[in-house]
Amino acid sequence: MMDPAFAEQAITLVILLLLAAVTVGIVRVRGLFAAVVLLGAYSFLMATLFVVLDAVDVAMTEASVGAGISTVLFLGALYLTDTKEATGKARELAPLAVAAITAAVLIWGMSDLPEFGSADQPIHAKGADYLARSLPDTGIPNVVTSVLASYRGFDTLGETTVVFTAGIGVLVLLRRRSGQGKS
Amino acid sequence: MMLAAVLAAVLVAMALMVARALRGPTTFDRLLAANSIGNGAILVLALFGFLTERPEFLDLGLTYALLNFVGTFAVLKFFRQGSLGAEAEE
Repeated sequence: MMDPAFAEQAITLVILLLLAAVTVGIVRVRGLFAAVVLLGAYSFLMATLFVVLDAVDVAMTEASVGAGISTVLFLGALYLTDTKEATGKARELAPLAVAAITAAVLIWGMSDLPEFGSADQPIHAKGADYLARSLPDTGIPNVVTSVLASYRGFDTLGETTVVFTAGIGVLVLLRRRSGQGKS
Repeated sequence: MMLAAVLAAVLVAMALMVARALRGPTTFDRLLAANSIGNGAILVLALFGFLTERPEFLDLGLTYALLNFVGTFAVLKFFRQGSLGAEAEE
């Protein structure tokens, strides 16, 4: 019998390579239809990777948002605009520098992360006793809800603010567009 | 062992599909390849579920199949009608 841990690593490696190939393809392809199609393929590969990494709920979200809704929204955007990418001749160095610096910072930050799946990382050391003390502390029987709404209350408040701001931004953009149409 | 062999075969097939999706030449080739990649994702999901002895992943495969259909169908409908079915705004 094959060791599932080895299978997990092998699948992860293969899918990461495929993801990199698809990403390069998305950047290089000129037709925007093809880019939308490739983005759908990317989402399904990403969802597979999430399943292998044991995050089935994230995989579900990735598949439904990335491959389902995004495809339809992108096609709607193509309908309203154009299906050909405008080819600029100028090659800006500043975006390349920004992308390179961001990537370097992310990789540098990743080097400090605990090993994937290790049992003695801080999140396990601090998290274990929440199961025991969440009910007497907060009176909420669901531990996930108590962590979200009570222990991480400010965090959740910040997230809600971000979503609220994004909603206001979308509303403002849409209103401006329809106002121009009338005048 | 058999599951692992099938899994390896499906991964090789997915690599071939990705190659087809990247090379084109027409958008329909890419679309068919993307649809097949979605099917491959379902297969990997099911096989990996059985390999790690958690076959309840199988239900997720049904949802993937539906989403795969929606995405492909939206693109095809766009190609045929030039829109997603909404009336053109005059």
